[in-house]
Amino acid sequence: MLRYTLLRILGAIPTLLLVIALAFLMVHAAPGGPFDDERALSPEIEANIAAAYHLDEPLPKQFLRYMGGLLRGDLGPSYRYLDYTVSELIAIGFPYSMRIGAAAMALALLIGVGAGTVAALRQGALLDRIVMGFSMIGISIPVFVVAPVLVLLLAVKLHWLPAGWTETGDLRRYLLPVITLALPQIAYIARLTRASMIDVLSRDFIRTAYAQGLGTATVVRVHALKPAMLPVLSYMGPAIAAVLTGSVVVEEIFGIPGLGQYFIGGALNRDYTLVLGIVVFYATLIIALNLLVDILYGVIDPRVRYR
Amino acid sequence: MSGNRTIKVTGTVLLAIAVMALVGPWISPNDYVATDLDLILKPPSANGMHWFGTDGLGRDLFVRTMHGIRVTMLVAVVASLVSLVIGVAYGAIAGFVGGRVDAVMMRLVDTLYALPFIFFVILLMVAFERNFLLIFVAIGAINWLDMARIVRGQTLSLREREFVEAARLTGVSTARIVFRHIAPNLMGIVIVYVTLTIPQAILVESFLSFLGLGVQEPQTSLGALVDAGVNQMERAAFALLIPASLLAVILMCFNFLGDGLRDYFDARHSQ
Repeated sequence: MLRYTLLRILGAIPTLLLVIALAFLMVHAAPGGPFDDERALSPEIEANIAAAYHLDEPLPKQFLRYMGGLLRGDLGPSYRYLDYTVSELIAIGFPYSMRIGAAAMALALLIGVGAGTVAALRQGALLDRIVMGFSMIGISIPVFVVAPVLVLLLAVKLHWLPAGWTETGDLRRYLLPVITLALPQIAYIARLTRASMIDVLSRDFIRTAYAQGLGTATVVRVHALKPAMLPVLSYMGPAIAAVLTGSVVVEEIFGIPGLGQYFIGGALNRDYTLVLGIVVFYATLIIALNLLVDILYGVIDPRVRYR
Repeated sequence: MSGNRTIKVTGTVLLAIAVMALVGPWISPNDYVATDLDLILKPPSANGMHWFGTDGLGRDLFVRTMHGIRVTMLVAVVASLVSLVIGVAYGAIAGFVGGRVDAVMMRLVDTLYALPFIFFVILLMVAFERNFLLIFVAIGAINWLDMARIVRGQTLSLREREFVEAARLTGVSTARIVFRHIAPNLMGIVIVYVTLTIPQAILVESFLSFLGLGVQEPQTSLGALVDAGVNQMERAAFALLIPASLLAVILMCFNFLGDGLRDYFDARHSQ
């Protein structure tokens, strides 16, 4: 297990380096500097700004400087929020995104696995078709369509929930964003669970369990659930990436001051360091979480450790 | 719904939408850029032929929506073709050559899977001017990974089949085997995955346009229309609901069509 874990960690490092190098190159290949404004600056001032941000150095040196900063957790200064470093902005925005993302993930797993299992047990029946029909709808309809329609319906027309973001401790403000973000994941997880549950339920050891006189609930809970969860577990990587992407939209629509807002703001304002920093941060997060999923996979299914 | 009926129904709906998008602006007397400040956010009516109402600048939403569908579909089809070319070439080479080349090529695909691609596309949009061609290429460049994997798997199994062995024994060149004997057998699965790539490309395009990073005014796409609708939804719900539901229907039809085609080809294979 230790060997497997170490190998996985070693395997993730080149991926991470590749991502950082790619993002860095893209940002620095951009035509026009971040300080090009309508107002022309004198060459001396431009030179001073370039020197202050080390933009006058050759690219490899800038990259090494950036990597050195990364190792110390320093993502450089923001070009637009002059009093903040990128790390500080991430520290401000990320907690909101994390709470929404984590809650959406938990909700998706709970409902997705539940619905998928029920559908598998009633394969072909009306309930199964309803679950599958809804999940196809959930997969097809994008977050940026679901979110405004839910706001229109539940907040604007029916006044059940707050439409925007309030700086009070009201937990209901999280409800709509979390549901919106969770819906497509519920749909995917339900489909995955159903397919793998149907497969597992047809195996010999399940027949044996039934033959021992166990009830359906016990068979599913004790015997079928763990092997059926493996495909769902390997979907967690893409799911996390999808939730982070969806979070950008959800934050935009609900006006949540999360990391997604900073990202879009940075993109529209050409705040290169901020955009680069957030890409690097998200990529690291996704790769780290993927690593965690891989290791968990090894814990649950010993067979993968020896491949 | 049985496989065949799904294909027919969703195919018909998509065709109808495509025809409407092509013919609609031609039937309507209105123009998609002409503003009319006397007609701001008017709900749908036959009066003045504003069947989908008007937007915040008094532009006719029917023509704009049809225009948006054209742009969205065009982006999706071109992006899918880009991903088709990259994915099939990559997958077929990896699968046919096999061995160490295959291992390295597929390892690269695994690595790329781990990347938050959408953020790179946004980065690309920021770094370079938002031009249309770039959107196509960027979206296509994201979506080839699935195609490469599927094609590789299929090629691996085809490579061992008797007819390929027979071709090799009779002295057919490798290139000719790949193009004449392997490629035609990949058609079914490729058609299925192109159908499933199109909705993904539509999603990315509308996502970017929704964030204001995609198509630029006065051009429009379904994503941009949804974005505009969100800003007006308290006064004019129709401006949100019409493009949003059209987008949803299109995406759903493509997904169901892909599923239906997969079942259809699976059934044919197992016979």
